[in-house]
Amino acid sequence: MARTATYQQAINEALAQEMERDETVIVMGEDVAGGLGTDGERDAWGGPLGITKGLYGKYGDRVMDTPISESAFIGAAVGAATAGLRPVAELMFIDFMGVCFDQIFNQAAKFRYMFGGKAETPVVIRTMYGAGLRAAAQHSQCLYPVFTHIPGLKVVTPATPYDAKGLLIQAIRDNDPVIFCEHKALYTLEGDVPEEPYALPFGEANIVREGDDVSIVTLGRMVHVATEAADALSGDGIECEVVDLRTTSPMDEDTILETVENTGRLVVLDEAHPRCNMATDIAAMVCEKAFDSLKGPIKQVTAPHTPVPFADTLEDLYIPDAAAVQKAVKAVMESSK
Amino acid sequence: MSEGIRPICMPKWGLSMKEGKVAGWLVDEGDALAPGDEVIDIETEKISSAVEAADAGVLRRHVAQEGDVLPVGGLLGIVADEGVADGDIDAFVTDFQANFVPPEDDDEDSGPATETVEVAGRNIRYLTKGEGGTPAILIHGFGGDLNNWLFNHDALAARRVVHALDLPGHGSSAKDVGDGSVGFFADIVTGFADALGIEQAHLVGHSMGGAIALAVARAAPARVASITLIGSAGLGSDIDGDYLEGFIAAERRKDLKPHVEKLFSDPALVTRQLVNDLLAFKRIDGVTAALGTIREAFAPGGAQAEVMRDVAGSVPTLVIWGAGDRIIPASHADGLPDGVDCTVLDSQGHMVQMEAATEVNRLIDERLG
Amino acid sequence: MQLSRDDLLTAYRIMRTIREFEERLHVEFATGDIPGFVHLYAGEEASGVGVCMHLDDRDRIASTHRGHGHCIAKGCDVDGMMAEIYGRRDGLCAGKGGSMHIADLDKGMMGANGIVGGGPPLICGAGLAAKQLGTGGVAIAFVGDGGSNQGTTFESLNLASVWNLPCIFVIENNGYAESTSSKWSIACDDAADRASGFNMPGVVVDGHDFFAVHEAAGEAIKRAREGAGPSLLECKLNRYYGHFEGDAQTYRGQDEVKKLRESRDCLALFRENVTSAGLLEGAELDAIDREALAQIDGAVTKAKTAPPPTAADLLTDVYVTY
Ligand SMILES: Cc1ncc(C[n+]2csc(CCOP(=O)(O)OP(=O)(O)O)c2C)c(N)n1
Ligand SMILES: [Mg+2]
Repeated sequence: MARTATYQQAINEALAQEMERDETVIVMGEDVAGGLGTDGERDAWGGPLGITKGLYGKYGDRVMDTPISESAFIGAAVGAATAGLRPVAELMFIDFMGVCFDQIFNQAAKFRYMFGGKAETPVVIRTMYGAGLRAAAQHSQCLYPVFTHIPGLKVVTPATPYDAKGLLIQAIRDNDPVIFCEHKALYTLEGDVPEEPYALPFGEANIVREGDDVSIVTLGRMVHVATEAADALSGDGIECEVVDLRTTSPMDEDTILETVENTGRLVVLDEAHPRCNMATDIAAMVCEKAFDSLKGPIKQVTAPHTPVPFADTLEDLYIPDAAAVQKAVKAVMESSK
Repeated sequence: MSEGIRPICMPKWGLSMKEGKVAGWLVDEGDALAPGDEVIDIETEKISSAVEAADAGVLRRHVAQEGDVLPVGGLLGIVADEGVADGDIDAFVTDFQANFVPPEDDDEDSGPATETVEVAGRNIRYLTKGEGGTPAILIHGFGGDLNNWLFNHDALAARRVVHALDLPGHGSSAKDVGDGSVGFFADIVTGFADALGIEQAHLVGHSMGGAIALAVARAAPARVASITLIGSAGLGSDIDGDYLEGFIAAERRKDLKPHVEKLFSDPALVTRQLVNDLLAFKRIDGVTAALGTIREAFAPGGAQAEVMRDVAGSVPTLVIWGAGDRIIPASHADGLPDGVDCTVLDSQGHMVQMEAATEVNRLIDERLG
Repeated sequence: MQLSRDDLLTAYRIMRTIREFEERLHVEFATGDIPGFVHLYAGEEASGVGVCMHLDDRDRIASTHRGHGHCIAKGCDVDGMMAEIYGRRDGLCAGKGGSMHIADLDKGMMGANGIVGGGPPLICGAGLAAKQLGTGGVAIAFVGDGGSNQGTTFESLNLASVWNLPCIFVIENNGYAESTSSKWSIACDDAADRASGFNMPGVVVDGHDFFAVHEAAGEAIKRAREGAGPSLLECKLNRYYGHFEGDAQTYRGQDEVKKLRESRDCLALFRENVTSAGLLEGAELDAIDREALAQIDGAVTKAKTAPPPTAADLLTDVYVTY
């Protein structure tokens, strides 16, 4: 039986096992070990939440602290990936992408195409995202849709410890640039995680829960919100099928279309802002490819079109919750043929 | 506990089962039950099956209704003798419900835990149930693991100690499968018996596990009390090579599901969770390579490498087959040496020990004595 | 630059208010009442106050994640700040920003900043505006040692120089960026050494010494106001608490903070300096200490009982018009 581990442990273990397997794998980022140049403990941090703690002890100089210079070190990770290393660079918060975005979207993402298929850029950028920790507008965003927009990038948003480990191992072995998005409210989530290394392929959505009445397609932390809503709705006799995208690029269109063909009703749930996010993307795709299967209009449940507020009262209102999902599911039931 | 009142509770099938859903009652209130009668259908995320009556009596009460979800150990119904008063049953139910504590999620004591033993330098995971008697060892087939005995292990363990192991390359055992041959696995099983201090055992093998049991009986007949071969390999050269190849190659749910459906007579049993669990196993580093090695040694070019029909009958032998087995044809059960007990079950498939567990358990239990 | 008696009292009052504010937050944070991340400025007061004493409302500052001290030094309302940190509706930013985003543009405070290196480009803009509009104002970015390594900082230094902007870059080198030593992260001896590469003065001062900071900042600000261009000022100082509240600080040496508090406390040094020179009486300073304590007490009490924002506030203020 698989042993239980947290999302955070699963990520740490994936990094350790890949570093063990392949010595071209290196980890870099601000304070990923910590304590560099100080009188105190080395490996004092392991990142602000301790996710990479312990790697330095095992792999020494392959765990590299960086100055606060995201543009330079994220770019260096990209460059190193074209030159024989497999760097896993930590962009502490996804919100900091603004500081280094050029190296990601104009450089890493485009090499292969621009260079006529000659380049491989096996870089992973691990980054934490999402609201819920009262971290306010510049430390709480769900910016994966921005990366998903860019051809050449793969974008991963694990919802469980099992997926986090398998998808991170896949990300490291993958020969394309991967943005690996970790929801900061999930780090302490526990689940079954095999001790052995395993890779989970990209582009395969997970059917988290089966049901015939309404499909809820979602990702990341919202998978758990959807499941909570689905459990409650089951009591009212409405059975929801919950689909976790796992990766937004590539996106498993087949599974989405199949679930919609099965239920005929769709709620898309996304913690990102409502414009140009995964919910709009999926809704558009379903309208185009499975319109005839739909028994009624699609509903989107998302955060509002505002920055993430600081005050707890506001942030709680901001984040989509199970009640909002239940309401949307009921509305879809009512408005369908 | 009140005289003559016996609860039927939510069973625990497999290590990870926490709750089950009532898919439907198979007997009405007031019906008489014989031991082994199927009483109620239960669905879990992984699997669906029927709960059997443990003792004779009258089904007096449907406590849980169709659609209810109950934790393991939750009260499904009541069996009692005819003479027991309704009031006593009411009191029993009230009392049971008031005192019932569902097992904690992380409660390690909620069932027997697997153990690990080292055999030929490899960690082998196994699960032991029951005690006393001549031990039995359950050997799963290609791509399986000890959970393949979900519906058999408890029943067989009622009268003896029963060990189910994960073969190398499978389940949570080491992924090094040596040359992948049946002989290699036979040595592992013998080594496993050595490690547990088992002098002589009943070997129960499914599919490739049957061929392994045959190979142990051939190499070390004194160590084998009997062999039970279920949908077994080793009795003919035919095997669905496409299945083996497809099972190994499939990387995604959609690709794997059709192959797994071939195993069952009722494809509805191939739940999402079952396929996910198989994928989770296949995705572990080294598994695909191990399965490939096994296939090359065990069924190169789509035909079984080793046929051991002459071994059948050299020790007490029971053969069970599903007539509709699509992986290894039931025709291999024809014309086996004298003294081999053979039962072919109608409209059953390769996973006959799961789909017709009651019947299979009865046959084995009788045989092992 | 001559400091009057009133100036000295004011300087001490502001430094003490900041210290009291931060020490109190340290205590209150531990109770779990304060949401989010909080980075305390305790120990660094002489820098923010020494610089901002020269400024008025036409001057702008851009701050960092460790911004409470800069806010108070630039005249932000203490009650409003405290309410903001508690996420209250009448906080300085209506509860929408929190500790890392306190701002008051009327006071020339352009915001604490959640993005390391977010400030320097902004002050180039503020400096440009002051220059174009002829306000006579200057613009100042406070930057940590860690932030000094950010590309935006280097680009801004160059831009301010080639545009000859009235900008001052104050590098508050407290020895650490999170757990990483500035001795390692900064490739040259002093961050101030970099100034010469951008053709501007670069000065290092003891950031615990209010008078040193005040004097050096005064020169840089005068230079900027006179149109002679940007400067870089590096204040060497220390923080008394962790990077953020909750930081176990295992990267720091044994008793490091204790020793710093004993020997390098800007408030104690200031008191020592002014009383021994006979400029102020100890009793006057004691009175200020008591007043600061009472002020912060009041701010916390008000903040705790102030109403939170409501659902109606969630969707407002995304745009001016939409
Ligand atoms: C662009 C960006 N990168 C990283 C961070 C995370 N972070 C916040 S504060 C900090 C350390 C800053 O150190 P320093 O500039 O020396 O300021 P101090 O905390 O010492 O005041 C880091 C890495 C951030 N907020 N923004
Ligand atoms: Mg610093």
